[in-house]
Amino acid sequence: MSEREVLELLRENARYSATDIARMTDLEENEVEAAIEELEAAGVIRGYQAVVDWDALEAETVRAEVELNVELDRETGYDDIAERLARFPEVTALRLVSGDYDFDMEVEGDSIREVSQFISEKVAPVPEITQTVTHYVMTSYKENGIELGDGEEDDRLSFSP
Amino acid sequence: MTGEPDSPGGDREFDFDPAERVQAVPPSGIRRFFEIAEERDDVISLGVGEPDFATPWTARDAAIDSLEQGKTSYTANRGMRELREAIAGYATDRFDLEYDPASEIIVTAGASEAVDLAFRAFVDPGDVVAIAQPSYISYEPGVTFAGGEVLSVPTREADEFRLTVEALEDAGAADAEVLVLCYPNNPTGAIMRKGELEPIAEFAREHDLLVLSDEIYAELTYEGDHTSIATLPGMRERTIVFNGFSKAHAMTGLRLGYALGPADAVAAMNKIHQYTMLSAPTTAQYAALEALESCGDEVRDMVDQYDRRRQFVLSRFREIGMDVFEAKGAFYCFPEVPEGWTGEAFAEELLREQGVAVVPGDVFGTGGERHLRVSYATGLGDLREALARIETFVDECGPDRTRTGSASVSGSGSVPETESEPGAEVEPER
Repeated sequence: MSEREVLELLRENARYSATDIARMTDLEENEVEAAIEELEAAGVIRGYQAVVDWDALEAETVRAEVELNVELDRETGYDDIAERLARFPEVTALRLVSGDYDFDMEVEGDSIREVSQFISEKVAPVPEITQTVTHYVMTSYKENGIELGDGEEDDRLSFSP
Repeated sequence: MTGEPDSPGGDREFDFDPAERVQAVPPSGIRRFFEIAEERDDVISLGVGEPDFATPWTARDAAIDSLEQGKTSYTANRGMRELREAIAGYATDRFDLEYDPASEIIVTAGASEAVDLAFRAFVDPGDVVAIAQPSYISYEPGVTFAGGEVLSVPTREADEFRLTVEALEDAGAADAEVLVLCYPNNPTGAIMRKGELEPIAEFAREHDLLVLSDEIYAELTYEGDHTSIATLPGMRERTIVFNGFSKAHAMTGLRLGYALGPADAVAAMNKIHQYTMLSAPTTAQYAALEALESCGDEVRDMVDQYDRRRQFVLSRFREIGMDVFEAKGAFYCFPEVPEGWTGEAFAEELLREQGVAVVPGDVFGTGGERHLRVSYATGLGDLREALARIETFVDECGPDRTRTGSASVSGSGSVPETESEPGAEVEPER
């Protein structure tokens, strides 16, 4: 149960220190550390990353959502195809989804040219892949639960009863 | 009037002479702090008595929808029937309070209006109204405006700021007509469990007191469930319960609250309400209806976040070495200032030196001296920074600094310093 609580807090802010988490919960600092170790060892927590607003950085990072349709045969299942695609460093997320297409793949690159090339040269030729539809991200409004707008300013009075 | 128009600051032939009841109420004790806070631009305020969250989006969306549909007329005096029904259902589910939406519920412009209606409906000139203190700052003026006499019933840190029968007896509350309670409490964060309310209920029955129970922070109870005094035997008939949407549903600016009470009590309050307010803001009523219907999860999330911040702030005060009891309700904690300080001097120096705003406990009446109301309705990042600044402040205020602090405001508090005279020996840190 303590692991669940720690996980929730880290999902809120992965940079909370074990000390701060201990202050916020009934746990001792060493219990927090143990819970984090356990979560990492069990493969529940796979990493910690910054949530970036690329527009704010004015960087030329290009991202695309790619819909993939595949055709399975006796030897090849979804997992086999996914494993192969996930190895490409350009692929930042890959999920099997329900609906009109099979995989939802997120790709990142330095330019539209680079991403296009990756899809046409590395993804499309995979024999099981029958169709790709690429959507370039134009503007991102919310990432990982964090709104990327200017935010609502705290306009409360500094003192109120 | 002469033919000359009034000029600002010019001579006027007419003076407004406020009624005695108005003159009897002193100016707000935190006005001065506002001005100091204005002088700095890096102030972190822990002086705020409202949520830092915006109203849940679905509730705001419902308000916008209602505007788009042109629902901008008055509602029934007591509030929209669907809303009263939703309130009745909510009060039963959450707090075992059973009230008839047709006759026992009135929706008001904030719980504050409901409390004021009760004072005006049930306090005759000269009636004594006992108020458990420290308390929300509006009760005293409300009683005074209604022509009543305030009787302070101080609570103590040793009792974790819970009201006791002993305190009621010592204050002479047996002769009062009305008793005002607010648990979970603003400013202390104190709560009262069923077992602790029972003797208070017995006292109220024995001395035939009308009980006004402000339960605006009921949802913000962090250990166990809130108990309303109205659910205790023989109490429903003599209690009016106040609640609203400001705190748990983060709707302060929408101004929506309500009172629950026996039909005759609500009818008396409605008599005033219908002539003064007509009906609570319609747009806010639509937001509130949606809030009750679909925002339970958001409320739980906010309560969880307050709880974490509560534990964080309490842990930090203990690390800093300031005495603080374990507040289990509302979004306040109520630490004691170090030896040699008044609450007011500490709060002022802290604001000037470190840019952290807190409210001195004296502002909330007897029992609040030498304490600070610290609100944790602020994001964890700011809380962390504010507590670091408080730690620096406490570390730096050695005996010399402490003397300066106390001396500079001696005589400004309403209650004499008994702990130590300015210049006396002090303990800088514990």
